[in-house]
Amino acid sequence: MKNDFLLQIKELKASIDNKEILKGLNLEVKPGEIHAIMGPNGSGKSTLASVLTGREIATVTHGTVTFEGRNLLEMSPEERAREGIFLSFQYPIEIPGVSMVNFMKTAINEQRKHRGQDPLSASEFLRQMREKKELVEIDSALTNRSVNEGFSGGEKKKNEIFQMAMLEPRLALLDETDSGLDIDALRIVANGVNKIRRPDTSVIVITHYQRLLDYIVPDHVHVLYDGRIVRSAGPELALELEERGYDWIRKEAEVSAESWTTGQK
Amino acid sequence: MENDQDKVLDEVTSGEYKYGFVTDIETDVIPAGLNEDVVRLISSKKEEPEWLLEFRLKAFRHWQTMKMPQWANLKIPEIHYQDIIFYAAPRQKIAPSSLSDVDPELLRTFDKLGIPLEEQKHLTGVAVDAVMDSISVKTTFRETLAEMGIIFCSFSEAVKEHPTLVQKYLASVVPHTDNFFATLNSAVFSDGSFCYIPKGVRCPMELSTYFRINASNTGQFERTLLIADEESYVSYLEGCTAPMRDENQLHAAVVEIVAERGAEVKYSTVQNWYPGDKEGKGGIFNFVTKRGLCKGDDSKISWTQVETGSAVTWKYPSCILRGDNSIGEFYSVAVTNNHQQADTGTKMIHIGKNTRSTIVSKGISAGFGQNSYRGLVKVLKKAQGARNFSQCDSLLLGDKCGAHTFPYIEVDNPSAIVEHEATTSRIGEDQIFYCNQRGISTEDAIGLIVNGYAREVINKLPMEFAVEAQKLLQISLEGSVG
Ligand SMILES: Nc1ncnc2c1ncn2[C@@H]1O[C@H](COP(=O)(O)OP(=O)(O)OP(=O)(O)O)[C@@H](O)[C@H]1O
Ligand SMILES: [Mg+2]
Repeated sequence: MKNDFLLQIKELKASIDNKEILKGLNLEVKPGEIHAIMGPNGSGKSTLASVLTGREIATVTHGTVTFEGRNLLEMSPEERAREGIFLSFQYPIEIPGVSMVNFMKTAINEQRKHRGQDPLSASEFLRQMREKKELVEIDSALTNRSVNEGFSGGEKKKNEIFQMAMLEPRLALLDETDSGLDIDALRIVANGVNKIRRPDTSVIVITHYQRLLDYIVPDHVHVLYDGRIVRSAGPELALELEERGYDWIRKEAEVSAESWTTGQK
Repeated sequence: MENDQDKVLDEVTSGEYKYGFVTDIETDVIPAGLNEDVVRLISSKKEEPEWLLEFRLKAFRHWQTMKMPQWANLKIPEIHYQDIIFYAAPRQKIAPSSLSDVDPELLRTFDKLGIPLEEQKHLTGVAVDAVMDSISVKTTFRETLAEMGIIFCSFSEAVKEHPTLVQKYLASVVPHTDNFFATLNSAVFSDGSFCYIPKGVRCPMELSTYFRINASNTGQFERTLLIADEESYVSYLEGCTAPMRDENQLHAAVVEIVAERGAEVKYSTVQNWYPGDKEGKGGIFNFVTKRGLCKGDDSKISWTQVETGSAVTWKYPSCILRGDNSIGEFYSVAVTNNHQQADTGTKMIHIGKNTRSTIVSKGISAGFGQNSYRGLVKVLKKAQGARNFSQCDSLLLGDKCGAHTFPYIEVDNPSAIVEHEATTSRIGEDQIFYCNQRGISTEDAIGLIVNGYAREVINKLPMEFAVEAQKLLQISLEGSVG
């Protein structure tokens, strides 16, 4: 049977420090689809990103995750990255002394090696840097500095999208890439994402705000609440959440959880 | 993560010392032990003039009154000097006049170490003096350099061919009474390099000495003397390796530099002596005295060192800034992994007016490694307008290693400005993961981060060696984040 999902998450449970954070999460993403995940603080959105990228702070206790039909959970973080999973970090990390150029060149060549390609020549690499810098309108001065060192919050987010442009992922996870951006930067980053995307690139956008979704229009919007996706719908759901907040979701979720537990008894 | 990293650490530290082989070659060795007869024997083997023997004997007698210094932050097992062989030489003519006189086995050894002695094969623009155990095997490009009046040869040859120069400058920077190990060296030093750059000459190539310990149970005591006459310039590099052996081997070298008026000397070291195994067994004891004298006005001496090897390193390349406006620099990266220990730093002695010094020290500790920076900035009364800036950074990988800083500042001139900054940092799990998420393995991530941290120092090395040093840093640390 041909599996036409890029990413398939089934009944995923994961804990941090023995505390269950994801409590049976299901999500299916087809090539080229854009999914938005919204949900209150602490509901597990970043934890989901950690699990997908293989960060060891979260331990998977149950469920399966497949990426292009392969068991993702068995792959090392770097292998997942080389296979085309990219995370735009909610809090990008500073690496003093490591130049952006060196960092990006290493990353790209690792990816190429993984695909059996030769390393990029210095001139081709620099050409790509230039081209992608223009695409996401990032200041040249930034890419001449050390990775994220001393970057402002907004600059760090832009830098994430620049890296995404360089690495051309199959699946991009954007964890609150819009928070901390001013109106112009938001537009630039969002348009950047649109320009980078190829027809089969899938994106999972984690956000609290509708405004990003004005630019990156999702095919599906999900609400993650207390470790589960409790509601999925089209883009209109984001608008509804913006208007009504999460209270009604909370009530619904609690009701359904209750009825489930009563059912168990 | 834990487990993965442990695995990587295991793999990398399980004896991946690339230079640990032994060359099977006939060696002329004298019996172990040290006394006046041994000193005389060394001198006669080298066919030395009387004054040099006298110098050695004076030093030896003084050494007998001295005790090994205890102030360093090092744990060193007792060294039994009577068990050490103080002279070992691959059997060959002391100064082979052409390459065909050099034993092919020796050529192969240096080839394997990446130091081909055939001039046409060598890195362009680098002249090499190759020293194995107690003697110099071959010095390349001598003739080319001689055309410019540059003398670059083994110390033994210099004694024969340029005795007045040697006599004038030997021990003029590091006197025979200086310290326990320098005094020992003065008594028993074997070979090393000698270099003289005449007035106004810019040496057109990198000069380098490659030290190799091969014979077992021997000590290596080389002596290097570098003289830059007025308005001259030279960049000099030394590299070192040794076989893997279970017992410790002693290396006590002395390097003296003299910079006359307006001269500039850049001295770079990539030290990769065998560091011992994972459990701390074996390895070289590296007790080195390096000192430069900025003798003339406007002279400059710059030390750059990348220290990745040795079981114990005890080393303080220093500058005596005697000429007015003279400049001293010290750039250092010292790595201690597994059970390695390093107590290293510098002394900047400001004597002349408007003298300036810069100290940049980057310590990297991993495993059970202990890394100490020890530095003295001394400004004498007459050093009007002296300035120093010191930056001492420590990077820790894992939680069983240690970093220590011992800065000493003595200022006798109120116009002096002395600044000292120090930082300690760790490689964070989040930094590694960030790299992993971009497709970079943990090993490569550590390499990137460490090289980033050390970049300021690595950048000071001559181009050809910067790349080598970067690889070395990565190899000596891979996987050691815990
Ligand atoms: N390293 C950690 N150690 C302990 N608890 C953690 C850790 N990381 C996350 N958690 C906990 O896991 C839960 C989910 O956190 P997560 O970061 O996934 O939420 P989120 O949905 O991304 O929230 P936000 O919208 O605020 O970014 C929270 O209760 C949080 O405190
Ligand atoms: Mg989050």
